[in-house]
Amino acid sequence: MTAAALHALLSHWRRKPFQLVTLVLGLALATALWAGVQAINAEARKSYDDAANVLGGSQVIVDSAGAQIAPDAYATLRRNGWKVSPIVDGWVAGSEGRVRLLGIDPLTLSPGTPTRGALEDIELTDFLGSQGRILTSPATATRLENFGARVQKVEGLAPGLALVDLSGAAALLEQSGYDRLELDPEQPLSQTPLKEIAPSLIIKAPDSAGDLARLTDSFHLNLTAFGLLSFAVGLFIVNGAVGLAFEQRRPVFRTLRALGVPARNLVFLLVVELLILALIAGAIGVVLGYFIAAFLLPDVAATLRGLYGATIDGALTLSPLWWLSGLAIAILGTALAALTHLVQVARLKPLAAAQPRAWALASESVMRMQLIVATLCLATSLFAGLVGGGLVGGFVLLAGLLLTAALALPTALSIILRGAERLSRGVLSEWFWADTRQQLPGLSLALMALLLALAANIGVGTMVGSFRLTFTGWLDQRLASELYVTAESEAEVTDLIAFLEPRTDAILPIWHTDAEVLGAPAEIYGIVDHPTYRENWPLLSALPNVWDRIAIGEGALINEQLGRREDIAPGDVIAMPGGWETEVLGVYSDYGNPMGQVILPTSTLTTRYSDIDRTDFGLRVSRGNVDAVRTSLTEDFGLPAENIIDQASIKSFSIDVFDRTFAVSAALNVLTLAVAGFAILTSLLTIAAMRLPQLAPIWALGIPRHILARAELIRALILAAVTFVLAVPVGLLLAWVLLAVINVEAFGWRLPMHFFPADWAWLALLSLLAAGLASLWPARRLATRPPADLIRVFSHER
Amino acid sequence: MLLDVQNLSKRFEAVTILDGVSLSLAIGESVALTGESGSGKSTLLHIIAGLEPADGGEVTVDGIALSTLKDAGRARLRRDDIGIVFQQFNLIPSLNIAQNLLFQARLAGRDANLSALAEQLGLSEHLSKYPEQLSGGQQQRVAIGRAIAARPKLVLADEPTGNLDETTGDAVFDLLLQSAKETGAGLLIVTHSERLASRSNRRLHLRQGRIQQ
Amino acid sequence: MNAKAFLFVFAVAFLPFLASAQGFAGLGQSSDGFALPDPDTRFSFPDDHGPHPNFRIEWWYVTANLRDKDGVDYGVQWTLFRNAMTPSGTDADQIWMGHAAVSGPDGHYFDERFSRGGSGTAGVSSEPFEAFIDEWVMTGSDPNNVRLHAQGSDFSYDLSLQASNEFVPQGANGFSAKSHEGLASHYYSQPFYKISGTVILPSGEISVTGRGWLDREWSSQPLSPTQTGWDWISLHLDGGDKMMGYRLRDETGPAYTVGTWISRDGTPTPFVPGELTMTPIEWASVADRDVPVGWRVTLPKRDLAIQVEAIYPQSWMSTAVPYWEGPVSFDGTHKGIGYLEMTGYE
Ligand SMILES: Nc1ncnc2c1ncn2[C@@H]1O[C@H](COP(=O)(O)OP(=O)(O)O)[C@@H](O)[C@H]1O
Ligand SMILES: [Mg+2]
Repeated sequence: MTAAALHALLSHWRRKPFQLVTLVLGLALATALWAGVQAINAEARKSYDDAANVLGGSQVIVDSAGAQIAPDAYATLRRNGWKVSPIVDGWVAGSEGRVRLLGIDPLTLSPGTPTRGALEDIELTDFLGSQGRILTSPATATRLENFGARVQKVEGLAPGLALVDLSGAAALLEQSGYDRLELDPEQPLSQTPLKEIAPSLIIKAPDSAGDLARLTDSFHLNLTAFGLLSFAVGLFIVNGAVGLAFEQRRPVFRTLRALGVPARNLVFLLVVELLILALIAGAIGVVLGYFIAAFLLPDVAATLRGLYGATIDGALTLSPLWWLSGLAIAILGTALAALTHLVQVARLKPLAAAQPRAWALASESVMRMQLIVATLCLATSLFAGLVGGGLVGGFVLLAGLLLTAALALPTALSIILRGAERLSRGVLSEWFWADTRQQLPGLSLALMALLLALAANIGVGTMVGSFRLTFTGWLDQRLASELYVTAESEAEVTDLIAFLEPRTDAILPIWHTDAEVLGAPAEIYGIVDHPTYRENWPLLSALPNVWDRIAIGEGALINEQLGRREDIAPGDVIAMPGGWETEVLGVYSDYGNPMGQVILPTSTLTTRYSDIDRTDFGLRVSRGNVDAVRTSLTEDFGLPAENIIDQASIKSFSIDVFDRTFAVSAALNVLTLAVAGFAILTSLLTIAAMRLPQLAPIWALGIPRHILARAELIRALILAAVTFVLAVPVGLLLAWVLLAVINVEAFGWRLPMHFFPADWAWLALLSLLAAGLASLWPARRLATRPPADLIRVFSHER
Repeated sequence: MLLDVQNLSKRFEAVTILDGVSLSLAIGESVALTGESGSGKSTLLHIIAGLEPADGGEVTVDGIALSTLKDAGRARLRRDDIGIVFQQFNLIPSLNIAQNLLFQARLAGRDANLSALAEQLGLSEHLSKYPEQLSGGQQQRVAIGRAIAARPKLVLADEPTGNLDETTGDAVFDLLLQSAKETGAGLLIVTHSERLASRSNRRLHLRQGRIQQ
Repeated sequence: MNAKAFLFVFAVAFLPFLASAQGFAGLGQSSDGFALPDPDTRFSFPDDHGPHPNFRIEWWYVTANLRDKDGVDYGVQWTLFRNAMTPSGTDADQIWMGHAAVSGPDGHYFDERFSRGGSGTAGVSSEPFEAFIDEWVMTGSDPNNVRLHAQGSDFSYDLSLQASNEFVPQGANGFSAKSHEGLASHYYSQPFYKISGTVILPSGEISVTGRGWLDREWSSQPLSPTQTGWDWISLHLDGGDKMMGYRLRDETGPAYTVGTWISRDGTPTPFVPGELTMTPIEWASVADRDVPVGWRVTLPKRDLAIQVEAIYPQSWMSTAVPYWEGPVSFDGTHKGIGYLEMTGYE
């Protein structure tokens, strides 16, 4: 009996293979987008973890003034019962760019640290000493070819990192002190208090790795939000496809029930069937997701490197957990989509006459429910966004607004359609509007998907566009010098300046040091008084005579993210590392920089801080002279070409990083829109099957099929158009939240909003095209339908 | 003659359903068509209404031969001159009863007195309701009202009482006869019921693809 | 002697974080450039208390049998190893390693430290005497009068060690053979320490007194490639005499067993190889392996036949290279206490 029933159920798919494809594809697509985004996130997180592990997840001891720790101080600590291990941390120039160099002492490193795991197969005698091995991941090894055979590849080491013995690091970085001491989690019973033996040293929570995770959190939240959105949109397809399959098999269900199959068995069989389909679709989806992730990962990696300096391996490594979670999400999605249909089957009366569904009544109560939920959503999101605050609050606000808009969409459409019906004159147009309104419940899920996709597109598009406009304008201000050069060493600086003096209009030192400002890593720059800054520097707010006062050392400038994070405005006083204070004279925009920044006059920088990188300079050169100066620098002075960058290349590089950053968003946007289009198609197909009894009377009363078909096409276009029109304000609201809330929380800068109507026109066209294409096929099928099919409506039970 | 059917034949694949059917119907006349289930009554009605083509023979409605009309022409003929009542799914679910009643009349561009019509059909209470809120008998009354509101020359009804209980069916049948008489339309009505058939002016019986008087 | 030290040093030199050594093959090979033990060398104090960096390996090794006022036994170990990566003799080429342990009724507590030469975190000076790694110290005017301190995260001890006897040369005037092939080391001991002080364990602070034993040894080429491990005992006999013996196990033949009888006045009498016998008679499962914790020891020449038993059989050192080291008591023709060390049971 069960076998026969199952056979009867499954035979449906043999007759309608396309429906099977739709269902599986919809589910696979939804799963793929979700799984792909998750894979990218997981890969990035793994890279951070690797880095965090190597860089030390444990507490460290550092100098409170940011100075290096003398080896004697280290010995004093050890001799007083402190189990600490010295770390030298710096950057080394490789043949293919900088690589972070960690000098470690394998003899004192805590046995629990993964770094020691990385050393497992290394002979200590090869590693120790100033000429010892340099260990890197295979990928990073290619960037250090200038070190020849010293480089040894170690699998599993964090990318972009080189491990070397303490003495080797000291030699490479030309420093004798240590940057920090890693505190062994296991300390002996008694030790002399740090204050007594080394008053300048303090214990600090682990740094950089945690910072990296914190900095990139917002980016990943962003991706996850997109993944979720795509998945939600994908669910609409599944809902449509499952609905279609159930709707068309109604007579089969009824017959089976009449033949004595209990409702429970029937539901069980359907659940088994759905489970199998979900597993198949989930598997396909996860594989697709892998390709999506592999396709997007290079861009994501580039983004993270460009924006945060976080290094990600270019290759995907996927855990079994990821595969399983992909399947789970597919099953969950199917369950969500099929629940209402299953309940209907359970309630199905075997011999009930085939009633056309009570659309109008049901839909009104559903819409009322949706409105109530929408109101709740709105309240929640406003509360989270305005009262709760924070990045998560921002995203809740975003999600809540989107959901509110989606849920309110059917009501809004219904009101608009009712208005149109009122205004319409002829009997056919009256029918058209009434009929369109009646289709709403069946189409509303797909239209919500479309609204979400469109709003996301408009919102993200506006955000990215606004950002790009602001960013390029800002680059023009910020990169005022025509050439930027880096001296090979500090010893060379004097010669370099002497060489440049007669050849340039101005030499602007860009000296800097890294330090901790108000509890977080920051950069402190020194600048000289020069019209370049007065004329170009992108100040957001400032006290009067800001440049005159900076010039005489009366204060500092800070970047916007530092100002927002610490709530500092011009006129406030900030505490600087090294225990002094200065007045903030102005705040400037500093897009793309994850860190806080302070600008001081060069003289203040050099008197207050010792460990300054003095090798960078900006050069003002008249336009026509740029190439000549560059050539003489390389050929006459002998500066390596890679130490000279012109303004245009920095700009194009920055824009490139920027575009790559948002390439992922764009790709996900397009995918989401495609999914929404697909959702409309499946919804229309589902409806088409139920449409015949609604259309047949009209046809019998003398309206030819092609006119009915045209009405169907126009209906889809009108619904898409109205949805688009409604999506525009939603999208703009979304953009505003992204620019004024999310960006501020995630990056610390607020961006002005610009409008891009041309993009909207494209999007409108695209959505009409999607709706048109999606409705074309069902409409054509109607137009060419044999009259017998329509006639049968009147004489047979469906 | 309002309706003239000559030597009509129809096959579905190899099976011949209608095999030289001829009949005629005068203005104001009501004719009942009976026959066993599957004998081809509905098929005949559909061909007369231009919903389905015939394989042979000719149908002439008010002097116009259907074979001379294209799809659009047949649709226009249906719209303007023929009222149809089916066994079920007669009404347009998205429109309310008032809109349904007037639908064909407005399509054909004719005026109709809604309140009189509703009064006559006993539907005055229900005008703003939607079809699915009405009982089967009420729905059939709306269908009849819609068919005659447009004042067609010919009314075709295919087992209009087939889905109704006896009392309701009798009432609907009488309404149809009476309405046709009042508008002067010719009425061809297919029914199972010998009892109902006897109420019409004339009876035809379809058997083995032919009309038997 | 503490022959296992060679194994540690080997491990430090080649595989710092892996216990799985490539057998002992490497040990007999590379003494290139290092000084070799010379039978004609005589000790010269206090200089020989300090390091000998032209030899590859060297250690300062103290074991102590202690008791609290209730007669509960405790064992204490304090060890500093020096290993030279090259024969340069420079500080930078030395690697230092410390081991410390306390064995008691509640368990075996230990810790391990490493240090690179020249970092100021480990070293030895002969006069005044100080051997240290991190905060662990053995320090005093000379090795006969020292304070001994070490600690881990769960134990600590601070002991005062006093001896009045001369240091006792092992083997032939301090030239101690390790095999028939002539591998050897320079080796002297101070077996006559009297000790008092405190031990801190998780259960609390304990006042202890007892006896201690210092081994000083340096060499460059200590083991034959086929020797798989060793069993070493140092015994404080009740009458005041001392005995040291060790058995070097060989995978190709019989063990090489030698030792020294040290009479109560400090006069050493080395044994001819084979004169002393050491036979395992009782095994215990320790850290997932079987280790002989009961021994029959005979020395017919002195009518000695005793059973040596570990007081705390679980005295396992889970250090980079693991081994067994703990206090023992013995019974039979002679009675007393001492220390047992066993390596190569991996
Ligand atoms: N579109 C069709 N294709 C094939 N056979 C059909 C079709 N429509 C009707 N038939 C067959 O033609 C015969 C007559 O049907 P119908 O005219 O509905 O009979 P009645 O209305 O007298 O019960 C039946 O056997 C029916 O199965
Ligand atoms: Mg019929």
